[in-house]
Amino acid sequence: MRLLVALVLVVGLTAAAEPRATLPDIEDEVMCVECRTALNVSTAPVADQERAFIRARIAEGMTKEQIKAALVREYGPDVLAEPGDDGFDLAAWLVPGALVALAAGGVVLLARRWRSEPDAPAAGPDLDPDDARRLDAELTAFDR
Amino acid sequence: MRPRVYWPVSLAAAALVALLTYGVTSTGPDTSIDERLADGERVEAPVADLPKLGSEGTGSLADHEGKVVVLNIWASWCPPCVEEMPLLQRTHERIASRGGIVLGIDTQDASEDALSFLRDYDIDFPSLRDRDREYGRSLGVSGYPETFLIDREGRIVALRRGPITRAWLDEHLNPLLEEQA
Repeated sequence: MRLLVALVLVVGLTAAAEPRATLPDIEDEVMCVECRTALNVSTAPVADQERAFIRARIAEGMTKEQIKAALVREYGPDVLAEPGDDGFDLAAWLVPGALVALAAGGVVLLARRWRSEPDAPAAGPDLDPDDARRLDAELTAFDR
Repeated sequence: MRPRVYWPVSLAAAALVALLTYGVTSTGPDTSIDERLADGERVEAPVADLPKLGSEGTGSLADHEGKVVVLNIWASWCPPCVEEMPLLQRTHERIASRGGIVLGIDTQDASEDALSFLRDYDIDFPSLRDRDREYGRSLGVSGYPETFLIDREGRIVALRRGPITRAWLDEHLNPLLEEQA
């Protein structure tokens, strides 16, 4: 019995801890289904209907996730401002990952190239003996 | 840039451009039905099981085989759809005895609002729900309202991308009703 009471209390506290859903918090995660812009910037008639739908669900005490699920039931998965996980929408998930992998590969290649390069620049060809003698003489004269 | 690095980068850039091109070109409406109708063809209408609006179960065009169907794509939030509804209701009443029916496809609409709208306007022709316009896309729907006239063999004979008029219905619907299956 004590266990049951404790469980009910935990569940109750968890539910109470969940913040109340608000229209601005949901609007930026939902699309205007007709104009395909975020709901919070759309003034289309269907966007007004979607906002009214969200307000009514908030008034019923639904959480944000419950409201988003209700929106999907009414308007389909495209109402959510996130790409789907099949068909062309899949590209929205795969392309950023592929670009990150490419960039990481590029960084690794560059790092390996830098590591294989010598620290000091390579010395030039040996001086001709005559030039070497003249250079020594000029340096000696310069030091005086 | 060294050739060893150049080719993978070029290929990746080309793939990205191809992806973007596909993304941009694939988002436009399908106009193939319009083109075939313009060539004088009758086009097999797509059939899909859709939830009935206001009742349990599903329905489709196939349920009305042998009838002339005025298939109307509508939504309760769409002002031109609201305007043409009385004409569609009168048409439904007029053609019922001649083997015709108006079938609504309520699209991207909250079902509560849609039902309330039908009650307010005393609309009693049946409607199905196409919640995300998937069925509409197979008809090349690009806006609301749109209307398709379908013969007794399930083929699209005429379409109107925009509000219908009485004159348009008279021109296209009356000859269809005269045809026998």
